[in-house]
Amino acid sequence: MLRTWRQRVTLIDLMVWAIGVAIAVVVVVGTIKTLQSGKYEPGVWLDLTFKGLALGGVYALIAMGYTLVYGILKMINFAHSEVFMSGPFTAVFLAISFSKSGFMDANPVVGMALVTILSAAVSAGVAVLVERVAYRPLRNAPRLVPLITAIGASFFLQYAFRGLYGSGFKAYPTLRALQGSINFLGIQIFNTQLVVILGAFVMMVVLYAVVQRTKVGKAMRAVSEDKEAAALMGIDVDRVIVFTFALGGASAGIAGILYILIFPIAWFYMGFIPALKAFTAAVLGGIGNVAGAFLGAMVLGLLESVGPNLFLDGLGVPTPSQLKDAIAFVILVFILIFRPSGILGEAVTDKA
Amino acid sequence: MSKRVFVLVSMLVGLSMLFTACAPAPAATEAPPVEGPTSAPAPAAFTCTDSIGCVDIGPTDPIHIAYLLVVAGPNETLGVDSRNGIEIAIDDAGGKILDHDVKFDGEDGGCDAGPGQTAGAKLAADNTIVAVIGTSCSSEARAAEPLLSQAGFVTVSPSNTAPDLTEAGNANNYPGYLRTAHNDKVQGAVAAKYVYEVAKKTKAATIHDGSLYADKLQAVFAEEFKKMGGTITAQTAVDPNQTDMSSVLADIAAGAPEMIYFPIFQPAGPLIIQQARQNAVLKDALLMGADGLFSPDVVTGAGDFVEGFHVSSPLVTGADYDAFVAKYTTKFGKAPISIFHAHAYDAFNMIKAAIEKVAVVDADGTIHIGRQALRDAMYATKDFKGLTGVLSCTPTGDCANPTIGVYEYHKGQYPPELIWPK
Repeated sequence: MLRTWRQRVTLIDLMVWAIGVAIAVVVVVGTIKTLQSGKYEPGVWLDLTFKGLALGGVYALIAMGYTLVYGILKMINFAHSEVFMSGPFTAVFLAISFSKSGFMDANPVVGMALVTILSAAVSAGVAVLVERVAYRPLRNAPRLVPLITAIGASFFLQYAFRGLYGSGFKAYPTLRALQGSINFLGIQIFNTQLVVILGAFVMMVVLYAVVQRTKVGKAMRAVSEDKEAAALMGIDVDRVIVFTFALGGASAGIAGILYILIFPIAWFYMGFIPALKAFTAAVLGGIGNVAGAFLGAMVLGLLESVGPNLFLDGLGVPTPSQLKDAIAFVILVFILIFRPSGILGEAVTDKA
Repeated sequence: MSKRVFVLVSMLVGLSMLFTACAPAPAATEAPPVEGPTSAPAPAAFTCTDSIGCVDIGPTDPIHIAYLLVVAGPNETLGVDSRNGIEIAIDDAGGKILDHDVKFDGEDGGCDAGPGQTAGAKLAADNTIVAVIGTSCSSEARAAEPLLSQAGFVTVSPSNTAPDLTEAGNANNYPGYLRTAHNDKVQGAVAAKYVYEVAKKTKAATIHDGSLYADKLQAVFAEEFKKMGGTITAQTAVDPNQTDMSSVLADIAAGAPEMIYFPIFQPAGPLIIQQARQNAVLKDALLMGADGLFSPDVVTGAGDFVEGFHVSSPLVTGADYDAFVAKYTTKFGKAPISIFHAHAYDAFNMIKAAIEKVAVVDADGTIHIGRQALRDAMYATKDFKGLTGVLSCTPTGDCANPTIGVYEYHKGQYPPELIWPK
């Protein structure tokens, strides 16, 4: 039965679309005005773009943890921000001692590799521990229950690390081997940014390969599809879940080291904002979808980096950079208005 | 039956709420009823006539002085350093005021309005407290001071510098509030003078972090700098916990200033240093902060990029100060970790002097301190010889007699080198 458009379009729809259109108008008008004013050299935009890509790479790796776990357990692991923090906050001590002894300057590759391995190992360990202690006993509880334990686990870990390492911040030693920049077609790119972008990209390819091409990846996909059927086929579901947490944790630990290359300060609260952004990126890309998380993270990183100056400067907003988080989240709302399941997400039916 | 119990309980609750609401500002004691003349020549019982109440301290009870400082988190060195200063002052007093032990404890204010208010509420609820030394940061003061002032305490801050807090008629100037730290009207002017006249920079940009301290200080700096003939290319802001400064630095770089003034805190300060040094336009600009960035964590936080970073900060000198530093180093095993230890030391001694002046001591050793009398005595402090100079308080609570110096950081070195005045 065909209904007229008046019956199909509700008032709510109209309001939501109006918000969407308003956001689009602000973005377009702001961009045109900023570019017209000529305040920024073209080089500035390229610079901000590369920073945004580096940031996006870090978000993508953190988002992996959210999206892999969601894919399998259909739950959001809100303790993931602390999984991310635990690695670099522990590895900072190794980095400092390497730097003091001169080992880091002599063997920067080996030194950084060891720091990265430690960070990944600690983060993976914490992730597995959280799964074992906080989630597994509640595997068959209603879905809100593990969400609440996740928040509790997050606070517990945050303050446990505060108790362990102190509430002040620890600075990563400057990595002399990565100082300076290269000139690529007339664009200045900092070595750290290059390493972060490349590192994030390589890690994403590795993760994708693990999920798509290995036996355990196949098991992960099977469990994600149907836990009971996978168990009947002889897959050890618990082991697969532990592996998923370990994989997400390790990728968060590596993300932590990449993050620290750009912002070399570690403290107990460092995980909150980046992980919130990564979660946003995962939702933006379509949660549960590995490629989507990568795309969402890149979009978010770019928007955050370029957005304040591009969209708001021309509108005469004072101190636009304070609004960069607001921009990121407003764009999230904007995209979800028109694509509720994310950029690459499919409409999932709730099986629970 | 149960219904009647319920009615009774709810009436009691209602009544108690009514009484709480009607009670006068927390007074430590109810004034005892004045007794008629008795035949025995017993010592006249103390009658509290103070307009905001009295604190009574029994013969064996301690005098309770509390702190509200930032003693945890990224800015902990600021508050821990002040607390160390107070502990030395207590040691120097032999742990006693008027032969009563000093009870010294307190709360962390987190260098932010939220935790500052929580800490203020906790302290305000404890009516044994005579005076509070704090806060560390001006934002904490704005949030906590209404509560502490309402509770009748004297508050002396060793490190609040925002002009608002002692400006007559300003809503942020609360009764009972004093400070031994300098007013940022002085610090901002000195910074502007150094930049314009000594470093010979004419184009400057400022960054604040939304805190009362940073916002006011950069405003004073910008105003003085413009008065001298300089140009301010941008006045912008970051979040205290922001890590990515690229957008704000792009904004500033568009105006190509020769110097950036960012009197903020950590970790944002070291992150701005690092990222500005890697910005094509700003890499050679003079970077300058203020006393909030006078900390060993700046050296570790900014790494090699710290080289050449300037801060303004109070300059405390003299033989007494040297002796104090020696005691500090012995007691805590390291040289002072921040800058407001001497100010905190002076704050404690000013409070001690005022208590000794106004306290009424009974024959058995009981002490009565009128809260308003103590406040009046504090504001009347004149020519008080402290480590930070000779202090006299204004009616709005400014007690400092500051000399501000400019310091330059070198990589791997703390404290930074004093470069001006020579």
